[in-house]
Amino acid sequence: MKPAPFEYVRAASVREAIALLDHDDAKIIAGGQSLVPMMNFRLAQPERIVDINAIAELSGIREDGSDIVIGSLVRHAEAMRSPLLARHFPVIAEAMHHVAHLAIRNRGTIGGSLVHADPSAEWPLLVALLDGEIVAEGPDGCRTVKADEFFVAPLVTEIDETEILVAVRFPKPAPGAGMAFDEVARRAGDFAVASAGALVSVEDGVMREVRVALGGVGDGPVRATAVEEELTGRVADKVSISDTVELACEGLEPETDIHASAEYRLSLVPVLVRRVLERAVLRAGAGAA
Amino acid sequence: MSARVDITMTLNGEEIVETVEPRMLLSDFLRDRLGLTGTHVGCEHGVCGACTIRLNGVTARSCLTFAVQADGARIETVEHLGTVSSLGRIQQAFRKHHALQCGFCTPGFLMTVQEMLETLPLDTDEEIRDALSGNICRCTGYEHIVRAVRELADEREGAAA
Repeated sequence: MKPAPFEYVRAASVREAIALLDHDDAKIIAGGQSLVPMMNFRLAQPERIVDINAIAELSGIREDGSDIVIGSLVRHAEAMRSPLLARHFPVIAEAMHHVAHLAIRNRGTIGGSLVHADPSAEWPLLVALLDGEIVAEGPDGCRTVKADEFFVAPLVTEIDETEILVAVRFPKPAPGAGMAFDEVARRAGDFAVASAGALVSVEDGVMREVRVALGGVGDGPVRATAVEEELTGRVADKVSISDTVELACEGLEPETDIHASAEYRLSLVPVLVRRVLERAVLRAGAGAA
Repeated sequence: MSARVDITMTLNGEEIVETVEPRMLLSDFLRDRLGLTGTHVGCEHGVCGACTIRLNGVTARSCLTFAVQADGARIETVEHLGTVSSLGRIQQAFRKHHALQCGFCTPGFLMTVQEMLETLPLDTDEEIRDALSGNICRCTGYEHIVRAVRELADEREGAAA
């Protein structure tokens, strides 16, 4: 089980990396936590590997007006520890806790997770939940892709082979918004059988903004728009949530695979949606967003 | 297309210079090229944790890293923790608590525990179990591993107080 031969090039800048991608069969390596297993199994046999780990401009988490911008090379462990993310998006650290294990979180990156686009992965769900925008740079410059256009199919995204995902922009939520994430996996650190995230703003005891995103039950992350619409304007309590959680299953057609049946996945959806909504409301109420 | 590449790294405190094919995994480089067979290779796709090393101060799977990527890096392997005649503190605790049976997974556990002790509160056994969850022991000797880590964590708190 050894990778096929390839040419290795380390890029020093995004421009240089884009130039190096102008090759029949080139592949970017960042954390390598999804790519290298595929290369070890020879499921992937790229001719050229472009290593972007040394590109400084892809690092760091920063504030940019009303957005928080996460560089594509930011590791899961770094996102988990970031005070800036903890202040605006505590749900990110909560979700990162479910991403694999210590050593994997030290290496794996937000950009890698997003372009890999496993429908059960945490970052794709977070981008959908937090209305994130993906910034990609290619030979013709930069462009921004919204979450609902980015995830095309399992392991397929809108990003072109000539482009690099350089950053993700998250608009800051309303002050005091409550957020929560939860998932069910066979073992700690495994990919989720199903997952859910919620963001709720509460004003005078009434839900003003409600967002619910699901993972593991579609081709990519899915927003539970029926639940969002039904709950907006409702009293922020368990009864309202109870009344609507079943709506989250509307239109879902999860897959059956070796990890779980479609029926089991579907049965987890209302359970997880209830958990994350109740927790998000509690956190919004406590002003602990 | 796979021209060999010269690499330099600081390995267990010593600078080394070698020439590698880009496709050589860091795990194979350590074991087959340098003879550092303390790092074990189990699943070879990042799941079992036996090949865990420190890369620039943090744990990483050496089976998911190419040796060529470690050019310019600082690497520590299990050989850095102690020797057979002079066990390191973590190794002593594993020995005392019988935290190994066949020993295949042990190098990865030791490297993970080192990082856990440096970075995590480890207030509860649940937290210890969670942090160890990326390392698989097929003898399922987890109970004794948790006991060893508990002692090390308590000892650390005592030293800090």
